[in-house]
Amino acid sequence: MEQTVSYTLDSTLDTVDNAEEKATRIATELGFAEDEVMQISMAVREGAVNAVLHGNAYAPDKKVILAFERTPEDLVITIRDQGKGINLSEIPNPLAPENLLKTSGRGIFLMRSFMDVVEIRPSQTGTEVKLIKHVHGPSGGGKEGSQ
Amino acid sequence: MSMKLNTRQVDGVTIVDCSGRITLGEGSVMMRDTVRDLLAKGNKKIVLNLGEVNYIDSSGIGELVSAFTTTKNQGGELKLLHLTKKVHDLLQITKLYTVFDVKDDEAAAVKGFK
Repeated sequence: MEQTVSYTLDSTLDTVDNAEEKATRIATELGFAEDEVMQISMAVREGAVNAVLHGNAYAPDKKVILAFERTPEDLVITIRDQGKGINLSEIPNPLAPENLLKTSGRGIFLMRSFMDVVEIRPSQTGTEVKLIKHVHGPSGGGKEGSQ
Repeated sequence: MSMKLNTRQVDGVTIVDCSGRITLGEGSVMMRDTVRDLLAKGNKKIVLNLGEVNYIDSSGIGELVSAFTTTKNQGGELKLLHLTKKVHDLLQITKLYTVFDVKDDEAAAVKGFK
């Protein structure tokens, strides 16, 4: 993988599958362990779902920008939509007893569970989600000098 | 791999054998339609066999919750059978594992209905 790769994707369900497949391929190429690849691909899928459904609301003129950056320590994934921006204070805790049986609202929680760092920056011109997975030891991230 | 569902009857209980992915889109819709059809036809003892489900996202989790609550609200009962490690772990971290009635033996699941 180049140091950074970026994709501009339509606001469709295909984009969700496409983003997940790209994440799986890139994380695998970088040497992450199988369970980490799964976590990364799932976090990206959830981020893409939020961008397509809640951010861009399937609008054909709005795009999803998906970028992967490899640094010596991390895989940094950025997902940006062109929606109105989410209100983070309105996102309920899916683990609260009163929310356990809700049928939605677990996407950001899953991203936070699977990635080392999750930064969400809403603005009036869209929301940017940054997902970071640290490279762990010889079995993860194709770290140089691995045994 | 897309979602596949097959239903069969065992001692008055409907077993739904699921395979593939329960994700936003086709997989979630198939699950919803199948459970809805079963309930409409009076099949209120349902086991979702997830032994061949290799992937589930937050929409799929939501669909399992929906199937569970819809069945319960209609006086029925829904159990989960043969969770793969991935699905098991997801239900654990979302604190749903103890909400569902989870079984790892089909005969025990069938016998467990009231």
